[in-house]
Amino acid sequence: MSATFETVAGIISETCDIPREKITPESHAIADLGIDSLAFLDIAFAIDKAFGIKLPLEQWTQEVNEGKAPAEQYFVLENLCKRIDDLVAAKAA
Amino acid sequence: MRLEYFDMIDTVVAFEPGEKRITTRSTVPAADASPVFEGHFPGHPLVPGVLLTETMAQASGYLLLGLNGLTQMPFLMTVDKARFRTFVEPGAVLDVAAELVIEGSGYAATKAAITIDGKPICDAQLRFRLMPFPADMRTLMEARIKAIGLVPEQA
Repeated sequence: MSATFETVAGIISETCDIPREKITPESHAIADLGIDSLAFLDIAFAIDKAFGIKLPLEQWTQEVNEGKAPAEQYFVLENLCKRIDDLVAAKAA
Repeated sequence: MRLEYFDMIDTVVAFEPGEKRITTRSTVPAADASPVFEGHFPGHPLVPGVLLTETMAQASGYLLLGLNGLTQMPFLMTVDKARFRTFVEPGAVLDVAAELVIEGSGYAATKAAITIDGKPICDAQLRFRLMPFPADMRTLMEARIKAIGLVPEQA
């Protein structure tokens, strides 16, 4: 598993008090882990700080709510980690 | 301050958009001017820590409104590392400062502190959820920031 996933899983475990072993790359943050929108803002805060990025949460939420993107695209952890890696790479470029 | 109305900030002393910082001032009411002191505590009036937290949150909220030009409403989401270092009595003049730490997508974090004559009173790290204004609230906030002398950035 990627270093990004390990960091994100650790953040979710600590922020939401979810046992680390229950968090896998296939976990859906909302459907599987029960993370609500407020808790996800806590996670986004920790991710933004840890990676030096700004997760475009408002844009993602809008896309999901308008049916333009499936929630899995952003909230399944392996997909979320890919987005984080992309944002980190874009920042470094 | 009108404690029982949660009207905590009297005036803006300095709003510095470049520094992402605000300094405000508030005067605690006299002991016989607020029912809060009838209960907290009888014969020993002290401003409750929860109201000092609210005061820091409101200074932070005005900072965020000033910076975003009233495009989103901040709602208090998280209070971290709140420290109350000494008592605050009726009549005290509070200098309330807040600075932006990070603004993310849909949230913002601040550090806020209250001093009296330069002496640290309390401080905290606060986070806010940034949301569209509920109906009519924008009008209320426009009136409020005008009353305290805050001139926001143009959105």
